Amino acid sequence: MTEKKYDSVIIGGGSAGMAAACRIAEAGYSCAIVERETALGGILNQCIHNGFGLHHFKEELTGPEYAERFIQAVKDKGLDVYLETTVMDIEDTGSMKSFYGYSSVYGLLHFSCRSIVLAMGCRERNRGNIGTPGTRPSGIFTAGLAQRLVNIDGYIPGKKIVIVGSGDIGLIMARRMTWVGTEVLGVVEIQPYPAGLTRNIVQCLTDFNIPLHLSHVVSKIWGKERVEGVRVSPVGTEEGGNRASFDLDCDTLLLSVGLVPDNEISKKAGVDLNPETGGALVDSRLMTSVEGIFACGNVLHVHDLVDFVTEESQRCGEAVCHYLKGVAPGRQYRTVSGANVKYVLPNMYNPDGDNRFYLRPLVVKNGAELVVKIEGREVIRKKLRHVQPSEMVSFTLDREEIPSLESSRGNTLETGIL
Amino acid sequence: MERQLICISCPIGCRLQASWTDETDITIEGNQCPRGEIYGREEVLAPKRVVTATCMTAGSPMGTEVRRVSVKTDAPLPKEHIDSLLDTLYSMKIPLPVETGQVLLANIGGTGVNLVATRSM
Repeated sequence: MTEKKYDSVIIGGGSAGMAAACRIAEAGYSCAIVERETALGGILNQCIHNGFGLHHFKEELTGPEYAERFIQAVKDKGLDVYLETTVMDIEDTGSMKSFYGYSSVYGLLHFSCRSIVLAMGCRERNRGNIGTPGTRPSGIFTAGLAQRLVNIDGYIPGKKIVIVGSGDIGLIMARRMTWVGTEVLGVVEIQPYPAGLTRNIVQCLTDFNIPLHLSHVVSKIWGKERVEGVRVSPVGTEEGGNRASFDLDCDTLLLSVGLVPDNEISKKAGVDLNPETGGALVDSRLMTSVEGIFACGNVLHVHDLVDFVTEESQRCGEAVCHYLKGVAPGRQYRTVSGANVKYVLPNMYNPDGDNRFYLRPLVVKNGAELVVKIEGREVIRKKLRHVQPSEMVSFTLDREEIPSLESSRGNTLETGIL
Repeated sequence: MERQLICISCPIGCRLQASWTDETDITIEGNQCPRGEIYGREEVLAPKRVVTATCMTAGSPMGTEVRRVSVKTDAPLPKEHIDSLLDTLYSMKIPLPVETGQVLLANIGGTGVNLVATRSM
């Protein structure tokens, strides 16, 4: 067993982990990334389509190109990277944290560090999560797994495909499967509106005449060894109520039915989770309920743009540096979600600093307004051109915008969309 | 002539209204940035798309992990060239090492668009 000692260790070498690690290393602290895959980059490596980086790099990149810029930065800063190394449990969460890394390359590693950044990303919801009845044949994949098989491993998972869920991964896979020569019979979406971006409807479905069945579900799967077909049924809404079910002969079903933060390690370390996000509850520094353990990226909440993951994770890296320096905010107050907001993060704000918030709307609305109140007093009112649940909203609350607060009160910050 | 379009240049997805009497005089409305106007015009005249895929790599010995190199066209490609490009790139074997941005197929079908690697391996 090898002993390794760092100021900070980052668990997960995707976009979040790399961005946080670079910031920590830039400040001169010793820092390492532990990654279970054979390469850095995380999910970006299989997202070979373009559309990444418009905010952060002001240009349009593919996933691997976006990842490569950070992989290069990690190399340039001389960070220690442990690939093919899996963290199972965080053993000690005291002032000196410790955990084991299991690796086919390095053997058993024992890490000791003053702080940990959780950056494990998220995983896909599967058939069990949506409870689709029917037989249990082969040929049912989550969309992201199929994406990996096609793009990285070079296997094509079927010939006639039905996709469940119209999120962006499902849409991107509809085009990808068409471009590898398979037939995509349709995309089935339970909601009356598509979950993905409009431009992906155009360039991934309309371009190939792939039907989108809104307000429908896959209500049955059949086939003994392999999927042989599925039944598509309308759900009881105005749009779907009067229509009949129909069957599609397919050999493969791809599920694009949402993502959940992957917090198995966090839970075992005693980190308190937020039921609205599936990620950790964090204070204004993105520090979890366990002192010295931070979280950023998709393990904290599922993002729709990697650019926001990078931004959040760089801030997290800066917060880790402050923590290592022994600087802590003097006071922090709670944040809560108000009207039409599913969640707002972080769960605390620092009235003596600049705060950056991310929120998930519950409604589709044009010409909405973001309204932020502290103790009922309005501190921000801002026009939003268009909001919808699949697009995260971010905003900044600067120190100057925060009125003087009486410490005897709760000073809760409430964020709503009107 | 009139056509309703949705701009795919960025995630906003502006709804465009294209109208023209002859193809040298196309008016685009509803765009929020200059890219929308370019997209709308091209979509009416000659639609183009960026193609992304992965190619086999040469020289991966049997029994080792299958590795593919991700690729893209360095500019949107006229749609009628997409199918033949896909046929070509799936039959290619890319010798390693390869650098991001390296041209793997130059001037596809005389369009001036190149196929480039998007990952260094």
